[in-house]
Amino acid sequence: MSEQAPGAVVAPPAGHAPFTASIPGCEGVPVSSSRAQEVLHPNRERYIDVAAALRDAGFVTCADLCGVDYLRHMDRALPEGVARERFEVVVSLLNHADRKRVRLRVQVPADDAVCPTLFYVYPGAENMEREAYDLLGIRFEGHPDMTRILMPEDWEGHPLRKDYGVGRVPVQFKDAPGPR
Amino acid sequence: MSDEHPTDAGRPGTTDVLDGERVPGHDDFERLIEAETEEGAQELGLASSTSAVELLIEQGGVLRLPESAVLDPGAEDARFGEDDTMILNLGPQHPSTHGVLRIMLELEGETVLRSKPVVGYLHTGMEKTAEDLMYVNGATNVTRMDYLSPIHNELVFALAVEELLGVELPPRATWIRMLMCELNRISSHVMWAATNGMDLASTTMMIFGFRERDMVLTFFEKVTGLRMNHNYIRPGGVAAELPDGWEDDVTAIVDTIESRIDDYDELLTGQPIFRERTEGVGVMGPEVALALSATGPILRAAGVPWDLRRTMPYLAYDQVDFDVVVGTVGDTFDRYAVRLNEIRESIRIVRQVLERMPAGDYRIQDQKVTPPPRARIDESMEALIHHFKLFTRGIEVPEGETYVAVESPRGELGCYMVADGSNHPYRMHIRGPSFVNLQSVPPLLRGALVADAIAILSSVDPVLGEVDR
Repeated sequence: MSEQAPGAVVAPPAGHAPFTASIPGCEGVPVSSSRAQEVLHPNRERYIDVAAALRDAGFVTCADLCGVDYLRHMDRALPEGVARERFEVVVSLLNHADRKRVRLRVQVPADDAVCPTLFYVYPGAENMEREAYDLLGIRFEGHPDMTRILMPEDWEGHPLRKDYGVGRVPVQFKDAPGPR
Repeated sequence: MSDEHPTDAGRPGTTDVLDGERVPGHDDFERLIEAETEEGAQELGLASSTSAVELLIEQGGVLRLPESAVLDPGAEDARFGEDDTMILNLGPQHPSTHGVLRIMLELEGETVLRSKPVVGYLHTGMEKTAEDLMYVNGATNVTRMDYLSPIHNELVFALAVEELLGVELPPRATWIRMLMCELNRISSHVMWAATNGMDLASTTMMIFGFRERDMVLTFFEKVTGLRMNHNYIRPGGVAAELPDGWEDDVTAIVDTIESRIDDYDELLTGQPIFRERTEGVGVMGPEVALALSATGPILRAAGVPWDLRRTMPYLAYDQVDFDVVVGTVGDTFDRYAVRLNEIRESIRIVRQVLERMPAGDYRIQDQKVTPPPRARIDESMEALIHHFKLFTRGIEVPEGETYVAVESPRGELGCYMVADGSNHPYRMHIRGPSFVNLQSVPPLLRGALVADAIAILSSVDPVLGEVDR
């Protein structure tokens, strides 16, 4: 039914060299393939440089950026050489000239949920990073306006985290009188 | 020129242009490119030596002020500047904001300087809800995001699940989906034309647009049982076969709407007031649009021929004939013209689907993914078990992650889905085109008048259900 067995090591299919290998600035970044889509796994230190290199290579648009909390799925398949962390920042870049997409998955540890901002490479990532911060609590260092975007400003907690209590938190209203 | 800069010949890119513009007999002209600042003389470069994207970051069209700052006039944050600027809240109850969008405008007189869209008033946590719903239930959730194009929402969700499952649909299911998508695009665009007309004081257009949209919704009701939030496209195909005589209904719809598009042309395109209010207002070039991740009619109006139906085909869009409509200037009028002509292209696609609709199943016959036909349940114990298992346990999707994107009427609608091998998504993220396109609003508004701001905002076409999700 599926091309990939569940939990299989995600390596690029044989005979199909990853096109990102030829892009200067992306050397040595672990590459995997998921449903015929190419995925790069740079670490936090190289993330911005890799994104800038890809932009210069024609990936001019950051189509999507989101965070994932892998708290309950830590045994996910990752290529060798990638340190397994709780959070991931997933960025989807788009090359209009070659009609290609590439995805970056950056590991972000739980005790230091900070990631450099993509704003100065892709100004379009601004709202998406605010959303990831709001819903998952991943802070983007250097972002010009690291505030909540969907939830109210005074909201506590980050709802898309897997340990956020659903149905156990009373609904928060601004200035609402307390229970009598 | 001072001694520090004996000549500008060594600096590439400046000499030629300056030579071309040098005023004859005005030897002091070169002094004009130096400015006295607090830190001494500073050289001024040409505006063209700064790229549009750098300029965008530097100018900062976005007003970086907390949402609550201007709600409380006594707050320290609200005292801004000795200059003559003021902050005006547009929305969230303003009728021209197409829902509950609030925009903070920094005004100097009647000119907009910076602005900040404030969203979240309609946030319902659909991405969180999706993590608790099984794959079979997921479509009911996502269809409520962009309430003007529910079919596209269901489509992108179903495509993501099918991509993870690795199943292939029968051709009829694909073509039914394409028919419904294009009809939905027509209804969404005429609805946009209606609200845009109302924003620019053409109430006739408002009535016309709703009238045309109702024809499509009536057909949707006949097919899916509902006028909105259809839950029609599901993983594995569509929910039901098209009703008898659907060809006649669809023919009537496209014939009527096609002739009425000409009425729109007469009403708006050639109308001097409408053109005055839209031409040259809110111009966005292709570099800025690409850098701001804009998609859909905004990007195409800027002259970038990017339509996922053509450039990264899904469904059977590579088998039908249609044109990608692009603009040249990227102003409000171009965005209007792109949408209007996209209705015509959608009608072309619908006509081809009418002619070439293949026979066969409207969903895959895989009992792990779609329920067995109703009649089989009465006669087969196995079918009954499968039916029961499917609606209690759902579909088990193998582990993996994928990003799928479709071209919704507003742009690239993407779905990033992570599956952990269970019967519900581990994480589902929706890339809403309205949410991302809202970033284009501050640069577009910069320098415009408040009245133009209404026209510009309308031309961006945000649907707040999708912005907030």
